[in-house]
Amino acid sequence: MVNAALSSGSAPKATAGAQIDIRGVSHWFEVSGGVLQVLDGVDLQVRPGEFVALLGPSGCGKSTLLRLVAGLEPATTGTIAQNGEPITRPDPSRIVVFQDPTLYPWRSVWDNVALGLQARGVLREQRARVDEALRLVGLTEFAKAFPHHLSGGMAQRVALARALVNDPQLLVLDEPLGKLDSLTRIAMQSELVNLWQRAGFSALLVTHDVEEALFLANRVIVLSDRPARIAAEIAVDLPYPRHRGDARLAALRHEALKHLGLDATW
Amino acid sequence: MTTAGQVLDALGARHAEAPLPAPAPRPRAPAPQTAASVSPALRAAVPSGVWPAGLLASAAWLGLGLLTLLWPNKSAGFSDWAFTEEFGIATLAVAALLFALGLLGTRAGRLSHALRPAGQWLVALAVVFAVWEAATAKLGVLPSPFFAPPQSLIDVVHEDWQRLGLSTAYSLRLLANGFVLGALAGFLTGVSIGWSRIAGYWVHPLLRFLGPVPASALLPLAFFFAPSSYVAAVFLVGLATFFPVAVLTWSGVASVHKSYYDVARTLGASERFLVLRVAIPAALPQVFVGLFMGLGASFSVLITAEMMGVKAGLGWYLQWAQGWAAYANMYAALFVMAALCSGLITLLFKVRDRVLSWQKGTVKW
Repeated sequence: MVNAALSSGSAPKATAGAQIDIRGVSHWFEVSGGVLQVLDGVDLQVRPGEFVALLGPSGCGKSTLLRLVAGLEPATTGTIAQNGEPITRPDPSRIVVFQDPTLYPWRSVWDNVALGLQARGVLREQRARVDEALRLVGLTEFAKAFPHHLSGGMAQRVALARALVNDPQLLVLDEPLGKLDSLTRIAMQSELVNLWQRAGFSALLVTHDVEEALFLANRVIVLSDRPARIAAEIAVDLPYPRHRGDARLAALRHEALKHLGLDATW
Repeated sequence: MTTAGQVLDALGARHAEAPLPAPAPRPRAPAPQTAASVSPALRAAVPSGVWPAGLLASAAWLGLGLLTLLWPNKSAGFSDWAFTEEFGIATLAVAALLFALGLLGTRAGRLSHALRPAGQWLVALAVVFAVWEAATAKLGVLPSPFFAPPQSLIDVVHEDWQRLGLSTAYSLRLLANGFVLGALAGFLTGVSIGWSRIAGYWVHPLLRFLGPVPASALLPLAFFFAPSSYVAAVFLVGLATFFPVAVLTWSGVASVHKSYYDVARTLGASERFLVLRVAIPAALPQVFVGLFMGLGASFSVLITAEMMGVKAGLGWYLQWAQGWAAYANMYAALFVMAALCSGLITLLFKVRDRVLSWQKGTVKW
């Protein structure tokens, strides 16, 4: 089932994706001289196989929400559950792709992609899956290269392959394209849609690029300033592959900017 | 990680001037069949013919040989320096070899390729030998027995090679035992205090207080407590290695970027995996800086310990030679020591280059 999810099919497979339920999550950080609230009563559901984008101003707490969903930190109050089970710790069924590719410089591309399988002790039996993941992101020839030989876009594709090789139920994307140049970013957005449609995982994307959120997601959640609460929800009712010049996308973009209080320049 | 690179860069930079890059292969980059169509100026630059620096070096060595053989030694009140003739003949042989290589140029193959970058050094070496020979054996400006001409080193090796060899072997054994034990202990200590908060709480103050004490200051104490002077010396050499390795391993582990751990944890890594596959590889560049510093410190403690109490090794040989006013033997031992230490450092750098081949732009020793 694992291999099938990676290699075949073009339509999203609802069974492969996780259902994520975020209920009443608030979160505080301890800072010098007190506490800082970053999340305020966030309620959000990600349906299996759904692509949800979190859109919000810089520093509003989007990334914190992702860290909580990934299980890297516990929420101060509220619950987060995956398929009904509460999330208490990191799990390879939820893979995070960070803004920086954070490839290990001492490992070759192949070994970087193999990281998750090695960590779970299944690399020996599943070596073919590493090659398959590299093929998916088009980096087969670079398997032996070291990260410092890669461009930013290639490094981020390796990070994607490193996530996909684990056949995640949920892909958590923390501004994964934020540091790429705009041309690479456009290309990678299409690749991301392709990978998502093939593998059928649920995806939770944090971005502050309105166009990116609308181009990729089924649903865009607009967050308020810190402490973040859900300000608006925009359903993007357009089929994939989407076209950037679509008039409907432009209208939704206007709406999203209005929620962010940035529509003065429209 | 960057600091590790910078430190090694700085360390290596002092030595980087020695091996000049070989100028030979560069103009040969275009395929051979295009050589006919290349402009004459470029063709002249192709070093297919004679090797000028080699010929110059040959002349220098010839001069050294003639100086040694034709200029009589100044009488020093006792028998003449042995091996003067052999030294002269050897330098003439070097001159002849260099002459042949100089004429043949690149046609001489591998040997010429290896020697070519050292052309200027070969000239300088002959000049230094000539000045040395003239100042000691020929003019007596530097008086015996405190100074000895180059040929006396041949004499020492001929007369005393067994004792010198044995001393070298003893030093190597002591160094190997002390360095390996110290490095191992330092590495484990560094990893544990870098990783575990409890280990850091208990070990860190100890390391801070006792680590900077020069190991040789503990010499009398160690000789008193240890069952044998050899064990004491192993302990001290180990201690000298331990401190820099522990501190740099610790700082390497502590400075691993948090996101490296986040990535591994979300991929399902265990604590063990985080230490062995993330923290340690990420800290390795720093560990090698520590090993480099530890090796340097261990040399100094090794020789001190051998001079103070261990009855074997190169340090002991130095003391012994000085006691007998056998200064030529002392110089020979110093040469062996220089070769040994430099060789070991080179070896360490070779290992580092192999282990850290993923790093870009590291200094070549």
